[in-house]
Amino acid sequence: MSNSTAHEEHAGGGSKEIIKVTVILTVLTIVELILGFWMIDIPLSSTGVRMAIKGTIVILMMAKAFYIVAYFMHLKHEIKNLIMTICVPLALFVWFIAAFLYDGNSFRNLRNTYDPHYKEQSTIKVEKKEHGKDEKHGEQHQDSHKEKKAAE
Amino acid sequence: MATTATAPITKSWSGGKSPFNVEYGKLMMWYFLMSDAFTFGAFLISYGTIRFSTNGWPDPNAVFKSFPFAPEGANAPLVFVSVMTFILIISSVTMVLAVQAGHNMDKKKVTTNLIWTIIGGIAFLSCQAWEWNHLHHEGAWWGSNPFLNADGTASSTNFTNYFFTITGFHGFHVFSGVIINIIMLIMTLTDQFEKRGHYLMIEKAGLYWHFVDLVWVFVFTCFYLI
Repeated sequence: MSNSTAHEEHAGGGSKEIIKVTVILTVLTIVELILGFWMIDIPLSSTGVRMAIKGTIVILMMAKAFYIVAYFMHLKHEIKNLIMTICVPLALFVWFIAAFLYDGNSFRNLRNTYDPHYKEQSTIKVEKKEHGKDEKHGEQHQDSHKEKKAAE
Repeated sequence: MATTATAPITKSWSGGKSPFNVEYGKLMMWYFLMSDAFTFGAFLISYGTIRFSTNGWPDPNAVFKSFPFAPEGANAPLVFVSVMTFILIISSVTMVLAVQAGHNMDKKKVTTNLIWTIIGGIAFLSCQAWEWNHLHHEGAWWGSNPFLNADGTASSTNFTNYFFTITGFHGFHVFSGVIINIIMLIMTLTDQFEKRGHYLMIEKAGLYWHFVDLVWVFVFTCFYLI
């Protein structure tokens, strides 16, 4: 039995394509990082701008995922049946993401409406802590949280 | 067998040939990666759901802001993680080069590129080990979150739980990828692929390695950027 698939034809590939995709991935990552650095200086209150930047980052992320799967994993050069058998089941993610994030958001709205304790707790500011000063950070910090909350 | 070979059948699904035009192992690797994508997807969507259902969340730029040998109180957000990202992208490129060299039956080039890929993987794992260690010393671990929300309110332990679970699961994938690549390197050096007449095994290992890189694209975005 000879390995007929061992010598399968590979359209595309080649060093030029690898260099091209490497450059694209690098540029996309750098743009993402620039957006990330830009977002550091944007105050929390300007929700719209922050959401727009985050949306752009997600789009760039999808573009990077496409280039890795299509060219590095060679999926674009496989035959259509194989592409379909991989991509169609993954379309479930569209429902998956939309439904669960919507659900999470709805849960937050319900809690803020009907759970005044939760709402109040999430508006109490805690004093900024100094890292690296004392030895047992975690436990002490949490204890001091509780004390502060109790005092208030 | 002889009848199927002589019959002038060209349709993919009529039998006698691989309908997807790939070998069995590669197809199964794709299906495994698909199931793994659902596992990671479930983790990340769960993280997103919890984040959407909570009023406040820590600012990643205030949490991940240090790097090895940084002076005390260094404030360098995104610097270290971008180094990690580039390490993984470059190791993915060397893996593609190894697969390509395998197609040309170029043993020497396969060996060199596999070694570079393994070095990249180990470098990434070292970076992650340093970061975990650093965060642990700041008091972060499963069930313990020393960081405040971005708006200065008290944070829950969801942040650290998800961070360590998902980056840990990804790091474990990187670790197994490095092990697979080391096995590939040994098989290359002992001429096993030369005897078989093809380097298709490298291609399957490559698929797995690229998938690990792909998952990092999502983890990096969800935890460090957004």
